[in-house]
Amino acid sequence: MKAYLTRRYLFSASHRLHCDEMSAAENQSVYGKCNNPHGHGHNYSVEVTVGGHVDSRTGMVCNLVDLDSLVNEKILERFDHQNLNTLTEFQGTVPTTENLCVEIFDILEENFHHAQVDKVRIEETMLNSFEYAGGREIRY
Amino acid sequence: MVYLTRKAEFSASHYYHNPEFTPEENQRIFGRCNNPHGHGHNYTLEVTVKGNVDQRSGFVVDLKELKEIMNREVIDAMDHRFLNKEVAEFKNQIPTTENLAISIWRRLQPKLNLAELHRVRVYETPDLFVDFYGEA
Repeated sequence: MKAYLTRRYLFSASHRLHCDEMSAAENQSVYGKCNNPHGHGHNYSVEVTVGGHVDSRTGMVCNLVDLDSLVNEKILERFDHQNLNTLTEFQGTVPTTENLCVEIFDILEENFHHAQVDKVRIEETMLNSFEYAGGREIRY
Repeated sequence: MVYLTRKAEFSASHYYHNPEFTPEENQRIFGRCNNPHGHGHNYTLEVTVKGNVDQRSGFVVDLKELKEIMNREVIDAMDHRFLNKEVAEFKNQIPTTENLAISIWRRLQPKLNLAELHRVRVYETPDLFVDFYGEA
């Protein structure tokens, strides 16, 4: 039997949306308040969904301790209370939540081997959310 | 095709233990969940069904009927119960959230003849949930 397990994690970070290839006026027009040069912050909620066959001995898709420790090490310690623009991941790309979502999915997919990383969903605020499933269609 | 989701809540206790494992293995794999006296959660169940909207009623499914099936098949059996000891399928199977979602699917699926069951989602806490779509 295949099931999907989703765990939610929280971190806080700042960012500024700005593209060097655009003029100041273009940046202002595209990003609006998010282009403020000093940045601004969010409490991000990250939902990580992993899928796999339920192990008949443990009743689990994967051990939550393994998922928690990897997310803690690779995501929360990396991004929590950071200015995303200063991180190497975002030197060539704008730290929008779209790009953050793809980045987090790729990090988890590369490093988590106890189940398949199915999807990452990020709420930037209560009103905005972003989902990425490695390019696959998302099933509801 | 329209999808409809009905929510329900129940509270129950459980613990994780596999008699084929040594006490050390049980402790290492299940940690605090291995406490034999159990511990509890407020579970939230979301049942999603799909189907075409009936032209006359405007419904995918009669919600009252769906609610009654969920109450009878799931809530009455599991609410305020010790899952390991009081729910038949968990006498020989660990009541993890994964197995709970599968069990609820199996309880509901044969009873739903009005619409097709799409997904069973079980929240163990607001930060942890499992989805089951009936996949083998």
